[in-house]
Amino acid sequence: MAVYRRTYAAYEGTLSPAWSRWFVMFRYARRIVFRSKFQTALFVACFFFPLLCLALIYLANNLAFLRQIGAPPQILVIDNKFFFYYLNVQGVLAFVLTAFEGPGLISSDLANGALPLYFCRPISRAEYIFGKASVLGIVLSEITWVPGLVLFTVQAALAGPIWAWEHLWIAGSLVVSSLIWIAILSLLAMALSAWVKWRIVAGALLLAMLFFGAGFAQAINAVLRTDSGHFINLAYLMMTVGNSLFRIDIERAIPAGEAGIAILVYCAICLWLLLKKVRAYEVVR
Amino acid sequence: MSTTAQPGAARGELEKAPQAAPRLPLVELQGLSVRFGQREILHGLTASLGGRAIGLLGPNGAGKSTLINTLLGFYPPSAGSARVFGCDIRTEKRKIRGQVGYMPENDAFISKMTAVSLVQMMGELSGLPRETALERAHEALFYVGLAEARYRELGTYSLGMKQLAKLAQAIVHGPKLLILDEPTNGLDPSARQRMIRMIREMRDSGQVRILLCSHLLRDVEDTCDEVLILKQGRIAHYSDLNEERRANRRFLEMEFYGVNGDFTEAIEKLGCECAVRANRMKIVLADGVESHDIFRLAAERNVRIRKLNFRRDTLEDIFLKAMEN
Repeated sequence: MAVYRRTYAAYEGTLSPAWSRWFVMFRYARRIVFRSKFQTALFVACFFFPLLCLALIYLANNLAFLRQIGAPPQILVIDNKFFFYYLNVQGVLAFVLTAFEGPGLISSDLANGALPLYFCRPISRAEYIFGKASVLGIVLSEITWVPGLVLFTVQAALAGPIWAWEHLWIAGSLVVSSLIWIAILSLLAMALSAWVKWRIVAGALLLAMLFFGAGFAQAINAVLRTDSGHFINLAYLMMTVGNSLFRIDIERAIPAGEAGIAILVYCAICLWLLLKKVRAYEVVR
Repeated sequence: MSTTAQPGAARGELEKAPQAAPRLPLVELQGLSVRFGQREILHGLTASLGGRAIGLLGPNGAGKSTLINTLLGFYPPSAGSARVFGCDIRTEKRKIRGQVGYMPENDAFISKMTAVSLVQMMGELSGLPRETALERAHEALFYVGLAEARYRELGTYSLGMKQLAKLAQAIVHGPKLLILDEPTNGLDPSARQRMIRMIREMRDSGQVRILLCSHLLRDVEDTCDEVLILKQGRIAHYSDLNEERRANRRFLEMEFYGVNGDFTEAIEKLGCECAVRANRMKIVLADGVESHDIFRLAAERNVRIRKLNFRRDTLEDIFLKAMEN
């Protein structure tokens, strides 16, 4: 089918491996996400806090400098709480980033009926969802656990091997907490955009879920005199799991195990909603 | 290229098509039924289609698009089975989809993407390596006539251009079967002509077989050599258009002056059947007899032929008959 000949020609060459097709989805979706200057700027802004943390780690390990400026050496302690707060801030930023980037991933395909174009090719619905979700997965990883591990490595290098060995579990907590948060955010953003089909509304709904969810949970707890309202407060659930993973002793209204199960249930519901909507054609029964 | 009967099938299903084509059957349906909830959309379709270009005809709601979507694996069959290039639609979806290019009926695009990006992405999703997909995306867009507009966002395209872009994405990976669902929808006459010409060209290239779904008889007549007519989810008629066209060439209607029994006898001696009524005659030509033989006999007997027509049993006639049945 050469341009100058303008005829139809079949393709007889080699094909890419079937397992790699999701990566095509990932590449194009990521390109769409970063075409927006605002979203690129937001992504860059997410690295300011890790840079600040890096500076704090440097200061904490340079007692001479702290003494020079007259600060007591114990003002900066790099421990589990430090990394927990680091992850809290980055978690909020991840949420904001998801609210802007997540809904556009699927809604653009749904808005103009592009799904049949994907699914008439050798690609499954699971691969489609995985390809799209991996954009959020990788972008959110880049601002949460990846810089978190860099900070941990720097701290370990400055504080010495004894500190590193004693606090190695923090690295695991960083990764696990981040991945749980990333999973629920990605699935929630995609499920909302699949059902709403309008990018802006889906983003607003995601933000509303966090803020109104917290308010609604408080209202339920107050009216019914129970703690079960927290189960609809996603941020609270995540905080409970995070406290447990980072071994922070704060009394929470619901056990970490139950919070973890609730998050899993949310993930499963989002996945079910997604699979229900992500089809070549909707069947009207 | 034959259709076989199923219990309860429409009369059209009983017709036998010629056995001549030696090709691998393109689509085989065996009692294929599709049900959405309580509604049965396709009722036990049984057919074997193997032409270069097959037309799926039928009024709105006949089940044409449902059949196509079922062949692509979008809808699961509730009973029976179907094969495309010998691959089962239940178990070998991926293999089928690897060989098929599909142009959907409705809008299907990503508005913020340029045509070349969309077509390239679709090529890559079909398995083309990245550079090859880009190269073929350009070629496909040139081929369909969107060369100048290929860097524009699809959201800015006119309806006709969107149709062409859909065709480009369907052919970018060089499929063996091209499924076109109402390809001329929304096209002006010249754009329609262009689309029909491209479909014919692809058909004649012999590198791709075509399954064209349309409610426009003219589109099917212009491009297809086999037609499957659906009515209320059942096969109403199967027709090999080439065979029909050949059959049409054997049937003459004639109007004349000065006929005599000698002329009729002479025609019958050639092995033709004829029926005379007033100054009109209907003739079924025997094998080897052509219209010029009739002219010769008329000239020898001083019979003046006023009018001579081949019977024009068009697709419209076939379709209307199928609908009446």
